[in-house]
Amino acid sequence: MSDTPLQVLINQAPHTLPQGATLADAVALAGIQPPFAAAVNLQFVPRGQYAQHALNANDTIELISPITGG
Amino acid sequence: MTPHTLHTDPLTLYGETFHSRLMLGTSRYPSPSVLLQAIERSQPAMLTASLRRQTGSGGEASQSFWNLLREAKVPVLPNTAGCHSVQEAITTAEMAREVFETDWIKLELIGDDYTLQPDTLNLPEAASRLIKAGFKVLPYTTDDLVLCQRLVDVGCQAVMPWAAPIGTGKGPINPHALRTLRDRLDVPMIVDAGLGLPSHACQVLEWGFDAVLLNTAVALAQDPIGMAGAFADAVNAGRAAYRSGAMQAQDSAQPSTPVLGTPFWHQA
Repeated sequence: MSDTPLQVLINQAPHTLPQGATLADAVALAGIQPPFAAAVNLQFVPRGQYAQHALNANDTIELISPITGG
Repeated sequence: MTPHTLHTDPLTLYGETFHSRLMLGTSRYPSPSVLLQAIERSQPAMLTASLRRQTGSGGEASQSFWNLLREAKVPVLPNTAGCHSVQEAITTAEMAREVFETDWIKLELIGDDYTLQPDTLNLPEAASRLIKAGFKVLPYTTDDLVLCQRLVDVGCQAVMPWAAPIGTGKGPINPHALRTLRDRLDVPMIVDAGLGLPSHACQVLEWGFDAVLLNTAVALAQDPIGMAGAFADAVNAGRAAYRSGAMQAQDSAQPSTPVLGTPFWHQA
């Protein structure tokens, strides 16, 4: 396995994570306040699967929270 | 309509009953306090909410809104506002279900950013997939009869046709289409978007629509709390009028005071 760091996008901002990083690592890096939900490459990832969801280079991660809406 | 009457004439959606026929959006209010007071005044059946990325101080704003929703104790109807593809809408709905802990979803699939007109060609597919995934889907749609029928065909137990484009406040711009929808479809229908005045809400309830969903008309009023109450009253009046059965309009004048025995009567 290469040790090349992973370049990912978290809410459109570029971030670097170590090889083997999971979605849980990305969430911790983002420092987002709960409640929120996550998706990777436009696929929803349930909260209970963050630690098992391995990230790949160039993954696009969305972390979204409640706001007002009509 | 009195509160007592409302309890005997509830709104039923997907087997759940609601003792209000007003659904209220939560956006564009002058302050969270005004929003909360508008909610208290109008006692809506559901409150719409959305999901967005946290940016800058967005975390605090999101937390504040979350606390307001919990304080309001009104069921939440998350939306998929801003989604332009079926997959975006489905992923957003799944995320909303986890965050808000509800199967309800207001399905918005935008096909044109200028008019915010729904993507009518792909709406049934999105609705179908969400229903198969266990969602209670309330689709925001145009007033097209065949589209609404297709939404019912794929399992939507209610549909939400627009009165006019979102945020315009124009009121029903195509009464014929809306009334045709009401005549042809038996499912509950909620008029969503484009209402500007309480009389607009009263009008569509008089036509037999089951509820209204609105946001901007209240939020941008000079007194949003007073306007929230006005809409709640209008919805109740319209529903009571619908259930009471309006008279048939006549082309010629009909005296309401008896003619027989009129003093000083003379042949015209």
